[in-house]
Amino acid sequence: MSLSVDVRHHLGGLHLEAAFDSSGGITAVFGASGCGKTTLVNVIAGLIRPDVARISVGDTVLVDTTRGTAIPPSRRRIGYVFQEARLFPHMSVETNLAYGEWFTPKAERYARKAQVLDLLGIGHLLKRRPRDLSGGEKQRVAIGRALLASPRLLLMDEPLASLDAPRKAEIMPYLERLRDEVKIPIVYVSHSVAEVMRLATDVAVLSQGKLVAFGSAADIAQRLDLVPAEEREEGGVILDMAVASHDESFDLTLLSSGAGNIYVPGRLGPAGTLARVRIRARDVMLALEEPRNISALNILRGTVADIAPAGAASVNVRLDCGGVAVVARITRHSAAVLKLAPGTPAYAVVKAVSVSGPSSEAR
Amino acid sequence: MTLLSLTPEEWEAVRLSLKVATVAMIASLPVALAVAWLLARREFWGKSLLNGVVHLPLVMPPVVTGYLLLLTFGTKGPIGAFLAEFGIVFAFRWTGAALACAVMGFPLMVRAIRLSIEAVDTRLESASSTLGASPLWAFLTITLPLTIPGIIAGMILCFAKAMGEFGATITFVSNIPGETQTLPTAIYTLTQVPGGDAGALKLTAISIAISLGALLVSEFLARRAGQRIAA
Repeated sequence: MSLSVDVRHHLGGLHLEAAFDSSGGITAVFGASGCGKTTLVNVIAGLIRPDVARISVGDTVLVDTTRGTAIPPSRRRIGYVFQEARLFPHMSVETNLAYGEWFTPKAERYARKAQVLDLLGIGHLLKRRPRDLSGGEKQRVAIGRALLASPRLLLMDEPLASLDAPRKAEIMPYLERLRDEVKIPIVYVSHSVAEVMRLATDVAVLSQGKLVAFGSAADIAQRLDLVPAEEREEGGVILDMAVASHDESFDLTLLSSGAGNIYVPGRLGPAGTLARVRIRARDVMLALEEPRNISALNILRGTVADIAPAGAASVNVRLDCGGVAVVARITRHSAAVLKLAPGTPAYAVVKAVSVSGPSSEAR
Repeated sequence: MTLLSLTPEEWEAVRLSLKVATVAMIASLPVALAVAWLLARREFWGKSLLNGVVHLPLVMPPVVTGYLLLLTFGTKGPIGAFLAEFGIVFAFRWTGAALACAVMGFPLMVRAIRLSIEAVDTRLESASSTLGASPLWAFLTITLPLTIPGIIAGMILCFAKAMGEFGATITFVSNIPGETQTLPTAIYTLTQVPGGDAGALKLTAISIAISLGALLVSEFLARRAGQRIAA
């Protein structure tokens, strides 16, 4: 199902203006805090009445200010997972989960309880009270509660922001399963490059209320200029690849894609399994000749596509490797010594241990 | 005469007090809940005025409240005369005593419930609306259960106020044994007659016991409710 959003709204000092169409999967709304991400999802959920907006999911128009139509939030059938789980403290986990089900007409219920419990690993928590759950468990129950209302669209507003790193790592795999198994569009709000690049199908980048970029995750990842200053070190490309083989003796997985082959540590599943890896720009070295006798396992051949400044001392060099982009952040000095310019053939060198695979990332 | 042997009139005063206080408490509750919700959750023109009117019985001399009730709900008062056509009479009846007690206890009940509603996180209500609950259902399933401790506190405060109400009651419905004579007015009467001290003392002891009992029960209920809803 598709999601179409076109919103203009004033709230305090913020002037929100965003329009995009997503064809499904996870659409990440990305940007620094205070850029209007939460306002945008609240408008979609119906918790804020927008000045001007047209929002539709599939064939259902949720709000259209030009025609004066606005479905109240209780009848939008949008699952909303908040930053703080917002479980109802006076109800057990089981009652919390059942809450949304009560209000969903029987004919429109598609979520199966057993399936959702299994997907999120919360079957053993049913009899507990929200206050007896850990932060990660609360968030999983909140996701389950939203899913069991059989929503047409799932909104997730920084669902991991209030959790520490180990809890984030605990929930991530559930979110990936969610993306792959639930067939409804998901809007995922985050300010974390790592989260967005690991999960998103499409990315909408907001800056001070304005939509500054929208596109596939792979395309947006290359735009290192969109990464906010505090996340600067996290900028890098993502590659959607497939498992080719697994080397038992060294516990290495070989992935293949148009860019070439990449080794990552650990096992990612049987051959053919799709896997997204992220390569941070600062982890990529460039060489003009193919390096030999080097410990780094991944050497990708390409040509320089463009060079963009990245601060006073460094540049981001985008390398075209068989139609797939890899970005390297190197010093301006090195770029000058190597005489890099668009069209220069070069090799990107990446250590296997610095490639972030689906299971290795805990940030 | 032992401490527990009461004359029929004294028993009648105890029984009537409990009846009046209970009726006042129960009759106030729905209105207090509605007003408390309005004050806690809605912005509207005249909100300060409503708030002021609700609190008036708390700050006015009770005799003034009683006199105003007599003027409006008395048999010749505008509302009293209208209701009398339907056979509803307040003046010099126990129902009038209940009305006076309800009016006097009302601000206390509204205050307790309003504070309790304000303490309920509105974000829980919006969460329930995204799950499909209409505003009424959100109120019934989220706000109301989380407000229970405040409602209990408000009911007990109202009950205690009603048990002790004197000025408004005696002004509005007088002090008729068997009809409008409650514990406080009975004690007052006994202190005015020679040899009434023993009776006054007995009723005072009963009054203390009832107040203390109500307080303990409310503590117990509020703690149980508090445990159920603790986050």
